[in-house]
Formats: sequence, structure tokens, C-alpha cells
Amino acid sequence: MPTAEHTLDEILNLAAAHFKVPREKLGPDDDFFKTLGIDSLQTLDLLTKLENHFRVELPDYELQGVSDFRTLASKIQARL
Amino acid sequence: MKSFQGQTLSWDVKEGIIELALHREPLNEIGSSTLEELEKFVSALDSLSHESHALIVYSTLKAGFCAGADLRQLYGWIQEFGQAEVANHAREYLNRIHAVMNALDAVPLTTIAAVHGVTFGGGFELALTCDMIIADKLARFCFPELRLGLIPSFGGIPRLKRDLGNAVVRDLLLTGRSFNATKAQQIGLVSQVVGEGEALRAARATATQMAKFDRVTSAAAKKFIKSIPLDELRQEIDIFCELLPRPAVQAGLKKFVENTGAQPYLP
Repeated sequence: MPTAEHTLDEILNLAAAHFKVPREKLGPDDDFFKTLGIDSLQTLDLLTKLENHFRVELPDYELQGVSDFRTLASKIQARL
Repeated sequence: MKSFQGQTLSWDVKEGIIELALHREPLNEIGSSTLEELEKFVSALDSLSHESHALIVYSTLKAGFCAGADLRQLYGWIQEFGQAEVANHAREYLNRIHAVMNALDAVPLTTIAAVHGVTFGGGFELALTCDMIIADKLARFCFPELRLGLIPSFGGIPRLKRDLGNAVVRDLLLTGRSFNATKAQQIGLVSQVVGEGEALRAARATATQMAKFDRVTSAAAKKFIKSIPLDELRQEIDIFCELLPRPAVQAGLKKFVENTGAQPYLP
């Protein structure tokens, strides 16, 4: 099973690639809504990409109150 | 009317396939204007079907297939009619919606919903009237109505029960969570998952395949397999109209309408 740090790194890479943002501009504790400039529709796209990549199902209600990559990664990690 | 270009939708017939395209910004919310144009489409459907073998429903909007009922309009009705009268007005509206949905469900053509992005609430219900759903890999499905103190009211619950096991229906309805196309295919809701932007192309290929079969036989097979749960559909309207006047619903709709944050589609 991948480590939490590895999962976080993959999430940052996927987010950068999907939203065409330089990887170095994304930090683990950044607010992804602000850093990526995305709304809830685009967040759902990101969620789908992550679910497909990690082969997990993450109920979207688990994203309540989540706005940084590190917390998002912990949610994914808990499902691996 | 072989083709039509409206404010919220358009249709055309190409090589025996009727294509109904939704295009009401921002996300094909189904309100009175869309209902009127859907009613026009249903009126034309009988004559369109004589020359066609399939119907594809899709959205031209980048953000997705359809986000559901026009909640701003619904909130407006509560303000306009008050709690005492809003249920009567809603019932009239829902009777018209159901007439459209039932006509689409029963049309003696093979019907395909080609969906992408957000396919929520009434949009999900529209897709469920079709014989099959082809989804691109970023499509997401959801019945978020419980978040507003309501239930789906465009016929979604009886149609979902028709297609899926009750445990799955309970999960979707009672959690109000969205799920992706891969999951939708695993549970038997979606027949094909395709690449981003490929749903319409795949739907056309599928419809072309079905053109090889005798139309009368296909229509007879469809009618045999696909019953329309009329009693439950009427019950769904009754339950919705009982729930609508509740203060919790008004509060939920007000919160949605006044939300300026980035997260209206998240629970």
C-alpha cells in the first residue's frame, strides 16, 4: 500500500495536470479552490479523476469542510 | 416539425436518429421554459418517430448534462404563492413534467441518454427515461433532493427502482451523494463508459447498430421489458407535494439560492 506522502504527491500531480497548473505552484496545505481557481463542478471532476486513478469510491459528503490537498489525501488514503 | 431550434433545447433528425440537444445555460436547469419546449418536442415525437429508429438526448453545455430542476424558480414559487398554495401549483407543474417523462419513457424507439459531467436530480431523472445511458468518464450522477428536504419528483425513484436493486436506491436517495460513471456502470445503471467528450459519438454508433433491426420488433421488445410504474409515479408527486410546504424546505432552497460560494454542487 502506498504511503500517505506518496498519495499526496500523486494527488498534487493529478490536480496540476488536470487543471493545467504548474506543479510547483501547488502545496499540500493550499486551499485547492483558491489555488486552482475552481468551483464545485470542477471539484467533482477532480474527485472523479482521483477515484478512477486510485480505484476507490470517496463519497462526496466526506469532502465537507475539506479544502486543502493534505486532508483530501488522508481521505483517499483511508480508502486504500 | 422535423427540426427545431429553441431557447433551451433543439432537435433534428439525422440518418434516422432524432437528436434532442439541451442547451440552457448554465446547466440545463429544468424550469417552465424547458418544460414548454419539452412539451413541443413530445407533441412532435409521434411524427418524428415514423421516420426514425432511435432518439439520443444529450447536452451541448461543457459543464454537464443537466443539474436538475430550476431551484430558483421553485423558491420563487414559494415566495409568490406562499406555503399554503405552493403545493397546488407544484402539483400542476409536476403533472406536466410527468406527462413529458412518461412519453419519452414509452416512445416506440430505442432511446439513449449520452451524458457527461453533472447529471443530477431532474437531469438524472430525464436520463432514466431512456433505454440506456452512455456516460463519459467524468459523468457524475446524484439525487441531491434530500439535502433540500425534498425527494426527487420527476419520476426518478420509481424509474431507479425499476432498474436497480433496492439497497442501491436507498444508498443513493438517503445519502444524497454523487457517484461516478464507473460506479454507475458497476451497479448496472450505465451501459457504456467512454472517454471524455465521446458519449455522443458512442451513442450515435449504438443507434446506428440498432437501425439494423426491425422497428416493430424492437418496439414490441421494449414495451415487454420496460413497464412504466404509473401508480408509483403518481405517489411520488403526492409525497413531494406533502413535503414542499415545510419550513425546512424553504430554508434549504433559500440557502441554495443565496449561496455565492464555490461549493453549491457539493453536499
